[in-house]
Amino acid sequence: MRGFSDMALELRGKPLAIRSWAVYFGPMTRQGPGSLVPAIQLRGVVKRFGPLTAVDGLELEVPQGVVLGLLGPNGAGKSTTMKMLTAQSIADEGAIRILGHDIPTESKWARARMGVVPQHDNLDEELTVEQNLRMFSFLYRVPRRRRREAIERTMRLAQLEDRGETPVDDLSGGMRRRLLIVRALLHRPELVLMDEPTVGLDPQVRQDLWGVISALRDEGVTVLMSTHYIEEAERLSDEVALMAKGRVVERGTPVDLVTKYAGTTVEEYTPQGEGGLAELERLVHEHGFTTRRTGTSLSVLRAEELPESLRDRLGRPQRRASNLEDVFVTLTGENVE
Amino acid sequence: MSLRQRREDARPEHHARPGRFEADAVLGVVAREWILYGQSWRATTFAAVVEPTLYLLCFGFGMGALIGTLAGYSYIDFLGTGIVAVSVMFQSMMPAVINTFIKRRFLHTYEGILAAPVDVRELVTGEALWLALRSGVYGCVPLLVAIGFGLRPGPGMLLVPLIAFLAGFAFALFGIWISAVITSVRSMDYVFSGLFTPLFLVAGTFFPITELPTWVQTAAMANPLYHAVELIRGSVFGGLGAGQALLHVAILAGFAYLMWNLAAFQMRRRVVG
Repeated sequence: MRGFSDMALELRGKPLAIRSWAVYFGPMTRQGPGSLVPAIQLRGVVKRFGPLTAVDGLELEVPQGVVLGLLGPNGAGKSTTMKMLTAQSIADEGAIRILGHDIPTESKWARARMGVVPQHDNLDEELTVEQNLRMFSFLYRVPRRRRREAIERTMRLAQLEDRGETPVDDLSGGMRRRLLIVRALLHRPELVLMDEPTVGLDPQVRQDLWGVISALRDEGVTVLMSTHYIEEAERLSDEVALMAKGRVVERGTPVDLVTKYAGTTVEEYTPQGEGGLAELERLVHEHGFTTRRTGTSLSVLRAEELPESLRDRLGRPQRRASNLEDVFVTLTGENVE
Repeated sequence: MSLRQRREDARPEHHARPGRFEADAVLGVVAREWILYGQSWRATTFAAVVEPTLYLLCFGFGMGALIGTLAGYSYIDFLGTGIVAVSVMFQSMMPAVINTFIKRRFLHTYEGILAAPVDVRELVTGEALWLALRSGVYGCVPLLVAIGFGLRPGPGMLLVPLIAFLAGFAFALFGIWISAVITSVRSMDYVFSGLFTPLFLVAGTFFPITELPTWVQTAAMANPLYHAVELIRGSVFGGLGAGQALLHVAILAGFAYLMWNLAAFQMRRRVVG
């Protein structure tokens, strides 16, 4: 079906402002937030591997222009979901649409409009940074006249502009991962899927990569990023979907989720003696508060609402701000990093 | 920066709806291999030149001194033309089995390629096309070596790169199919011993198959390498009728078509869960 701008274009018989301005503003204007077509739609998606149900009736919708963090522990079904979005895994049940294209039947078109950052580093080690990008500029059909510009732009984004001739084998882990990310951006995708983009990297390198991901957000690119790092999801995502056992168990902005489930403050109590932890837990639960065990101590969520009478009986706490991890553990009973 | 330039910078790179089978996707895969070849051409060329030269030196002079002529040709000429076909098979099928398996299982290369707008059939075609192109070029090396050893050049030799390309395409697809069938590196032992060896021994490469028992001769008819050998020998020496030549070409093309479908089917089963 032709869009309105195409019809207007045809009526006037020459390339016109509507189209031109749409192009000028890029993906955001053509199908920005509030657009009728969500970037990603999953409806009742199920994926089984023999007796194991990896994804179990997943419902997820990502509007355009949003960075959504898919947060969950290993085995939650994040990577399987990512593979289904690129049609490298086919759902047993349910419907998937990407940028309005049905998956898997129209997956090729969807893939032409999105970039994928895989979990595994599959760069060609013997080749240089520039050669790796050039290879993918062919696969993403970057027109010949724009290839050089696309490669230079992505190298700049990855801060690798002076490393064009360096073999990938000689790059540090962080540089390699940056290259892996920008490789998916050569064709200016409207949607970027990132499957655990910082897994296995040390904290410093991970923070470097956050800059690249933030830049994407600033450009209005829709990003779906799976991660099991709480801090990463919290800092980079407009919204977070918490995933466990193949389902999204809750979704919202990090602030809203934390406020809703953990309040503003968490107090950690470390009881002395055997059975102290269980006794504290019983006491707090009697007053209707939610707790989670963290090693030898007990974290009490929404602690700002604890009555003074109860606080006196619990002992001396350590206070900290509530975070997404508190929410996640509360909702799923599982730990993430 | 001008408005036009900024507009250009913001434009996504894709415009048209991709087709079901696109030459651009296939060429993208070929381009990738071409860039990789830039790193490995020395080793590839070394193997392509040294191996047939050694065969021709050892078998040609060693066995040739004992045999003299075979099927009306000097043994070294007979062997030289046979080695062309064997070289094509090794240049295409061997990397198709080994490299494709490694790229799929260990390097996760295909995960990256298939995340781009490239389908499995295009991927398989691109991989095979590249190997066929390489075979078409390197398949001629033994012929040049044989000329160095005394084979008389003729106009029919100009057809050899085309035959090598067709045979190379078919064998590459055969190799890709095998690589998608096997589940471990250890399984390759079965492939090399149980498939490669009989293929190149029972193809009229080193001796005419007419010397073999009837049932082996019948089996050799199903060996695509035999048809490649016959076509190459017929082109170089002449004497192959148009009907026979077309039959050999049709069998090789049919084999390529069958393998194209099998390779795409089996590879899809492996890379799409």
